[in-house]
Amino acid sequence: MAEKKSKRFEVLNNRPVHKDGFIAEWVDVGLYAMGSPKDPVPSIKIENGKITEMDGKKRDDFDMIEQFIANYAIDIEIAPQAMAKSDLELAKMLVDPNVSRNEVTKIFQGLTPAKINNVMDCLNIVEIMMGISKMRSRKTPANQAHITSAKDHPVQLAADAAEGALRGFVELETTVGVNRYAPLNALSLLIGSQTGRPGVLTQCALEEAFELQIGMRGLTSYAETVSVYGTESVFIDGDDTPWSKAFLASAYASRGLKMRFTSGTGSEVQMGAAEGKSMLYLETRCVMITKGAGVQGLQNGSISCIGVPGAVPSGLRAVAAENLITVTLDMEVASGNDQTFSHSDLRRTARTIPQLFSGTDLIFSGYSGVPNYDNMFAGSNWDIEDMDDYLAIQRDFKVDGGNKPVSEEEVVAVRNKAARALQAVYDALGFPPITDAEVEAATYANGSKDLPDRNVTEDLRAAERLLNEGINGIDIVKILAQRGFRDIAEAIVMMMRQRVSGDYLQTSAWIDSDGTVYSAVNDPNDYQGPGTGYRISEERWKEIKEIPWAIRPEDV
Amino acid sequence: MQVNEELIKKVIAEVLQEVMGEQAKTSSPTATLPQRGGKMTLVEVGVAKKGTDPKEVVVAIPPAFGTVFTETIVGVPHSEVLRQVFAGIEEEGLKPRLVRVYHTADVGFIAHQGAKLSGSGIGIGILSRGTTVIHQRDLNPLNNLELFPQAPLLDAEVFRAIGRNAAKYAKGEHPTPVPTRNDPMARPRYQGIAALLHNKEVRYLDRSKSPMELEVRFE
Repeated sequence: MAEKKSKRFEVLNNRPVHKDGFIAEWVDVGLYAMGSPKDPVPSIKIENGKITEMDGKKRDDFDMIEQFIANYAIDIEIAPQAMAKSDLELAKMLVDPNVSRNEVTKIFQGLTPAKINNVMDCLNIVEIMMGISKMRSRKTPANQAHITSAKDHPVQLAADAAEGALRGFVELETTVGVNRYAPLNALSLLIGSQTGRPGVLTQCALEEAFELQIGMRGLTSYAETVSVYGTESVFIDGDDTPWSKAFLASAYASRGLKMRFTSGTGSEVQMGAAEGKSMLYLETRCVMITKGAGVQGLQNGSISCIGVPGAVPSGLRAVAAENLITVTLDMEVASGNDQTFSHSDLRRTARTIPQLFSGTDLIFSGYSGVPNYDNMFAGSNWDIEDMDDYLAIQRDFKVDGGNKPVSEEEVVAVRNKAARALQAVYDALGFPPITDAEVEAATYANGSKDLPDRNVTEDLRAAERLLNEGINGIDIVKILAQRGFRDIAEAIVMMMRQRVSGDYLQTSAWIDSDGTVYSAVNDPNDYQGPGTGYRISEERWKEIKEIPWAIRPEDV
Repeated sequence: MQVNEELIKKVIAEVLQEVMGEQAKTSSPTATLPQRGGKMTLVEVGVAKKGTDPKEVVVAIPPAFGTVFTETIVGVPHSEVLRQVFAGIEEEGLKPRLVRVYHTADVGFIAHQGAKLSGSGIGIGILSRGTTVIHQRDLNPLNNLELFPQAPLLDAEVFRAIGRNAAKYAKGEHPTPVPTRNDPMARPRYQGIAALLHNKEVRYLDRSKSPMELEVRFE
């Protein structure tokens, strides 16, 4: 006789959440979110102005990460006083509105990785959110988008970049399906972004040497995929050390390019090298490496490893905690939410609440500005097809997610203009022609399925030419000015000037349409309880409120 | 801890069904190749030497490939993976050569090691779970000619196309890259499991051991 089955359980088992991978904790290899029994116990000993013991280890036994952190990331003046405080006392400082942000950052820079890790484990998720809201570096939150194409279609990329900029994203990030398309993707983003809104920062996430080169050419304006890891062996696997990463960071700074590091819970255990430590403990080390390297900010929140903390207990609490650690150490955070995380719409919404409701420097890093089938970062937690839901949530909770409602006419207009500008540039450079049919398709497209295929081999030859012939931002400016796109040309010149003034190298910087830079320097977060910190202005609230599809009383 | 095998099998079966269904819908020009099981024997025949034959493409695998693990994350048998990659290389008139890399489980470095040992300078690295890279010895290790990061989407047909393209690079041609498949939902389904599998994969590394030449016999 067949075993009788519960219809209730049949329904539950067929829900999307059951397609997600859930895994029980495995302490020995570090498949454990936070507060593992194998995490080190905090300690510090300072002798003759040097840390001689940290978290139970003598200096002679330090691995290179511990050496780097002990030498560059811990303020030894404040350390004795900071380390003497209890975990709970420190945790309370993070949520107490009477303790100023400055006071907290000062104290926390005297803590060891194990201590910070312990403090985080004292906080529940609401307290972590409270902490992010108070400790975030820049007062006004903002958002970043991914702009990619499954076909690496240059015209689609330019059009989507323009639309993303129009919708309010302050940074746009691209990458490739096919590696060698990269220079062309960077070019499309440059032109598209400055068409949609002058001042939007763009990057092309790829191999680090290439990123630096393309940035120096003026085809991109920032970078964020310089990865750091929490264990020595993973660093070595990547042929790197904290010192080599710090060197790379200074290479960007010296050329006037904004940059941040990237790390995230789960990467070490994903690579089988967590040394039995919890994901959050290892991530704390990454945040401190970033601080020690003098980098202004960090992209974290598990990022491409979100499926790992997402699969274990308390994983998403750890992910929010890593964002909090970053801002508490006085850096910009680009807070994840940038990778597919769940089949369940409920889970993926819940995953974003801590960053969206608290507000971060960049809530997503990024939000998919294209349909997820076109997302070459393997999909984001939210995509362009969720945009009206996102706008509705901003309005429901009076929360600033960094985006604004737009009209179909405006979107069609900027997409068309960006596509035509790119057409002119390809023509002038003798690249494979962009047809009027392609411009038309990109103007009205949702994704790459709505666009004709291009001759990939010929495009790749053009990409090689772009690199080999040393084509740079100024060449593009000249062409645009000659071909009747003077406003886009001027926007690109403005972006290149920023490298000379360097203001946007300050912590948490974004650039407004007129070239004004907003950062933690001139827009610092001064939260001290109700009535302080970021409050949505009347003008911004009007923008958020006015979703075009709401029924107005006077129209009924 | 034991992996819940039943769950993994269930998930694998579901995705295979999904992937196959997806292919039928997109009317791919080549028919889906049948997935044969079949066994293979891998025998180590000494330290791998730098090749001199410009007509060879080196395929490099980590220690657990075909030993501890016998199939990819979606159940493509390792014997089938190698059979298809080899067939792709041979179709282009070139010779496959197999080596086992012991010192790293990073697919980029495995592929680059293969490329450095290859007479043509082209190598293919394949992890036990299926993640694959085509590499060229003059590139930086973290760069590549083609990268296939989403192991759950790689089937027999893709592995054959990877072999073919690698051979074309070795002949100095500029092939159209193997079309990238993208399943945004592979991560939530597989990443945790992939982490589990990788933690088992790295247990068999030996950082001081040189790459070894392998002889393969398909049965």
